[in-house]
Amino acid sequence: MSRRGFIRGVGIGGGALGTGLLEKEALAAPPAGGKTEGPGPVPITLNINGKPYNLNLEPRVTLLDALRNHLDLTGAKKVCDRATCGACTVIVSGKVVYSCTVLAIDAQGKEIQTIEGISTGNRLHPVSAAFVNHDAQQCGYCTPGFVMAAKGFLDRNPNPTLEQAEHGLCGNLCRCGTYVGMRKAVLEASREMKGGRHA
Amino acid sequence: MQAFEYANPATIQEAVALLGSRWGEADVLAGGTDQISLMKEYLHTPQRVVNIKNIKELGGIHRAGGNLRIGATVTLDELMENAEVRRAFPSLHQAAEGVSSPQIRNMGTVGGDLCQRPRCWYYRNGCGLLAMKDGRSLVPDGENKYHAIFGNSGPAYFVSASSLGPALVALGAKVKLVSASGSREVAVEKFFVTPQNEQSREIALLPNELLTEILVPLAPTHNATYEVRQKEALDWPLAAASVALKMKGSTVASARVVLGHVAPTPWPAAQADQALAGKAITAETAEEAAKAAVAGATPLSQNGYKVQLARVAVKRALLQAARGRA
Repeated sequence: MSRRGFIRGVGIGGGALGTGLLEKEALAAPPAGGKTEGPGPVPITLNINGKPYNLNLEPRVTLLDALRNHLDLTGAKKVCDRATCGACTVIVSGKVVYSCTVLAIDAQGKEIQTIEGISTGNRLHPVSAAFVNHDAQQCGYCTPGFVMAAKGFLDRNPNPTLEQAEHGLCGNLCRCGTYVGMRKAVLEASREMKGGRHA
Repeated sequence: MQAFEYANPATIQEAVALLGSRWGEADVLAGGTDQISLMKEYLHTPQRVVNIKNIKELGGIHRAGGNLRIGATVTLDELMENAEVRRAFPSLHQAAEGVSSPQIRNMGTVGGDLCQRPRCWYYRNGCGLLAMKDGRSLVPDGENKYHAIFGNSGPAYFVSASSLGPALVALGAKVKLVSASGSREVAVEKFFVTPQNEQSREIALLPNELLTEILVPLAPTHNATYEVRQKEALDWPLAAASVALKMKGSTVASARVVLGHVAPTPWPAAQADQALAGKAITAETAEEAAKAAVAGATPLSQNGYKVQLARVAVKRALLQAARGRA
């Protein structure tokens, strides 16, 4: 059994209790108006790392919770859950976003790229490899978000200066303070990626 | 987050038909950068959420008559990268750039920047918009280092969180508000209001209205925004100033100086406008105008430092505008 499977097994009682409580909250009748879905689960299809995934989720479920709790794609991390820290960063339609603050239902029909999808077989993506080379992590919890933010930044700015790399990562926090290593890693990755090794 | 029913209209007409007549019935979802956090904190518990990102009419930036028309769902990134905005409105470009997180700029919209709720920590922690307890606001005797230094005679002490608001007021922009029964245009200056009671909002938008576009007059001005920040990474400014100068030769024909993050609304500094009329922008005249801009400040117990920051913001915005192009 995986560590995650074990944790989930232990936690399931609490989770079910929480859901029950929320469902009991009385909802007054919403205004008249037009076509709506929910509040109960609705069919949702997400295109993640090139593969379609069919889910049945309430409209309130975020993309981050869909990835982590329903698809076992746990690379994107849940830290602040309020669009501030960047640990949940994924790329949607070519742009970096905070997956904690996107509804899964809104991410349908878009190409979603997560940390799980950027390696080729056993070969690390140049950004991940550069993070290893520059020791650009300590506890590692912010790392998947930073790697995705750095990849999204380099996709748009293939030849950045150190200052541009610094500004390009302004949406992510590392409480261990490994920023210097990360900026160097971004510059190294930009050289690697231009070399076409990972084109 | 409380469960809600979700609507995904394709037109403005469909969207406004889905809105309620009272706050709390239906909330509009654009970039979600504030809305989703508000729902997670149970500060907003709408029964219905109306996604407006798939309404094509709400996107795009183009010239319309004498205005630049900016759709409400244009993202901050699209605003910042737009060639016309860069050319004519550096103050808007700089204000969007100040929202330093690429993720927020990719998600957050221009309409959302104007409609976001205040960042006041009393409000965000469930004390209500005015933080009232036993008939008195908690702010004047409480933790008020980020609160208002203007327009703070009560009951509101929070500061407007909008990054684009001050620049849009300085440029004389309007917003278009559409409901099922019609539409109206409101000057951005009048769109921001100081609420007088806990039930009212800090913007003039009604629960059954949708902000659809922003109209910025293309009259040539020298304009700039300068934000004073605690750090370069994602955060709201401590104080900011946006200026728009109509020039006659090398002197100012008329000026609009508007402070940000110092009052419950973007705060026009008319005394600075008067101080600049007929003068060339130099370090001395900019300093004089900056002093005039903060002359009426009434700081609270912990935020006197913001007076100096606002003064510096005005001076630097003026010098930046004078260096920039018309």
